[in-house]
Amino acid sequence: MKTNILVSAAFGAVAALVAGSASAGTLDNVKQKGFLQCGSNTGLAGFGQPDAQGNWTGLDVDFCRAIAAAVFNDASKVKFVPLSAKDRFTALQSGEVDVLVRNTTWTISRDTSLGLNFTGVNYYDGQGFMVRKSLKVASALELNGASVCVQQGTTTELNLADYFRANKIQLKSVTFASSDETLKAYEAGRCDAFTTDASGLYAERLRLAQPDEHLVLPEIISKEPLGPAVRHGDDQWFDIVKWVGYAQLTAEELGVDQKNVDAMLKSDNPDIKRLLGTEGKFGEALGLPNDWAYRVIKLVGNYGESFERTVGQGSPLKIKRGLNALWNKGGLQYAPPIR
Amino acid sequence: MTTADASSFPTPPRVDAGPAYVSRTTLAPSPPPYSVVGPVAWMREHLFTGPVNIALTIIIGLLLAWIIPPFLRFAIFDAVWSGANRDVCIYTPERTAVGACWAFIWDRAAYFTYGSYPVAERWRVNVFFALLAIGVVWLLNLKAPRRDLGGVYFFVVLPILSYILLVGAPWLGLRNVETNLWGGILVTIVCSAVGIVVSLPLGILLALGRRSTMPAAKLISVIFIEFVRGVPLITVLFMASVMLPLFVPDYLQPDKLLRALVGIALFAAAYMAEVVRAGLQALPRGQYEGAMAMGLSYWQMMTLVVLPQALKITIPNIVNTYIGLFKDTTLVVIVGIFDFLKTIEAARIDPTWGAPTVSATGYLYAAIFYFICCYLMSSYARGVEARLARADKR
Repeated sequence: MKTNILVSAAFGAVAALVAGSASAGTLDNVKQKGFLQCGSNTGLAGFGQPDAQGNWTGLDVDFCRAIAAAVFNDASKVKFVPLSAKDRFTALQSGEVDVLVRNTTWTISRDTSLGLNFTGVNYYDGQGFMVRKSLKVASALELNGASVCVQQGTTTELNLADYFRANKIQLKSVTFASSDETLKAYEAGRCDAFTTDASGLYAERLRLAQPDEHLVLPEIISKEPLGPAVRHGDDQWFDIVKWVGYAQLTAEELGVDQKNVDAMLKSDNPDIKRLLGTEGKFGEALGLPNDWAYRVIKLVGNYGESFERTVGQGSPLKIKRGLNALWNKGGLQYAPPIR
Repeated sequence: MTTADASSFPTPPRVDAGPAYVSRTTLAPSPPPYSVVGPVAWMREHLFTGPVNIALTIIIGLLLAWIIPPFLRFAIFDAVWSGANRDVCIYTPERTAVGACWAFIWDRAAYFTYGSYPVAERWRVNVFFALLAIGVVWLLNLKAPRRDLGGVYFFVVLPILSYILLVGAPWLGLRNVETNLWGGILVTIVCSAVGIVVSLPLGILLALGRRSTMPAAKLISVIFIEFVRGVPLITVLFMASVMLPLFVPDYLQPDKLLRALVGIALFAAAYMAEVVRAGLQALPRGQYEGAMAMGLSYWQMMTLVVLPQALKITIPNIVNTYIGLFKDTTLVVIVGIFDFLKTIEAARIDPTWGAPTVSATGYLYAAIFYFICCYLMSSYARGVEARLARADKR
């Protein structure tokens, strides 16, 4: 059994190496390198995509820039590593990226068995439907007997079957290999409804010949909380990424944005003072300067600004806040207090 | 001799006049009958020779008539040529037919060429393209002067210059540009150039190794070739970029693009080895025996007698492999490298250009690009083949 011993020794060495690279302080590593390595999408409308000059833009991209702003006071010190769905987790485990912000759904299996931690949710997504307005349907529950165009072999297909079985609705799903084909079939009238993640529905709708004749239904039939993830075993870095997100939310809640943040430095509101670091030493506890949140807001903006700019009303997607509104505006985005 | 020469040929002076019905001068040659020249005759000769041929001609003619007008309508007549965003390419009450959205290609042309390469440094990529073009013309054009220097330039000077230009050299004032910013046509050209330049010499060595009588060389070559040919390119790239970082520590990790380049070069070399081996096997034994009888050493025999003939036979296959390799470079997308096709993929999903025909236009642009490149390669190969075949016809 000599080979067995050799093999296990090799695996042991690999595990030690992996563990070794993970347990070193990520913050120190990042500071030493001089830039943040951020695992990003290879191209997803509104979340991470290159513009005409090749600069990355999007909601996920903004989050990476916000971390860089907090650490370096320079939002451009990010190296984006475009990752496919297959290699994203390995890239994080192996230390090729410091943080993974790539519209990754937070699930228990990923959180526990992949050696990573989700720091929060930067976008609450879920599967939705698009139908023709002429169908005069206002809810997915009225789709009894309808045919639905869906992409093959995805969780989307599964969710669809589950939802209609649970609600005792008959449906015919028509499957296609690629998302392009699925949309074309829907447009050609091969099915009554089109389903994919809600954020994707808005992007796909723009590709239709007559976008205004189609409507995205309000029902969301699956939970897809998308969030940034970091490696297991570095709690300081975990805290930093988590609180960068919370700082953006807190700023929106307190009405601090990119334009007024300098004026807000003189604010008497204790919450704002603690956020911007004019009172307390919360940055130091994170291993960052006390003006960490000020930098984030000054250089990237608060959550609402980032949202509107990338996927919301300031973008061609025009996605409504919905679940992503602040908790006090009917949404789910809630940040623990900074104090 | 042309017809002009025939009429100006000096008529010998006639001593006796002869009968009146004999012409006194040489008649000008009459033109060939109408039925064997001109477009009508050409068509009769080539398109309408028999019932099968006539049927095929009609079917193909109908197919073309069915395909070409809608294609032209899409690509040219209904196309949108300028604009800044999706508004110009969507259907409106006034614009009921929208063809190709060339405005999108125009808007993103720089991205398709350079990827995310910093705008201020893009002149370096242009210089690289120019240097590469000079090298290719110098090496491949038979009339070019000092082609020996051209070889040195292409295989030694150009790689070094390109590395300095593209990667950067702070001591020359060229700032470093990391390869994760490279993209578009730049990456496609770099990947295929490296694959093409490395795979031929390496493939020849492997082919010779495989046919060698030295057990070590033979075993290594056989294992390498069979192993690499036994796995898909995607697997090689995936191993190089995903598995490697798990096994080696951070500071030993080579650059992501470099990993892919090594993978592509080794993969192409294995295929090239088999192509070259086919050529080696096609040569009659007499060539080897003759060379050995002349007292040539192994390397002399190979470089002077065997390889020139073997490579000549395999030119079509070598070019075939090159064309395949050129198109296979699109697979680097699997490891997150933005080659030409991926830049189109990434740009077409941009909601700024979310319009019905944008995707189709992007793919059409890619098709045109790949077609031109592959067609140039294959027509050059055809030229070389024709030139070398002249020797056989003598």
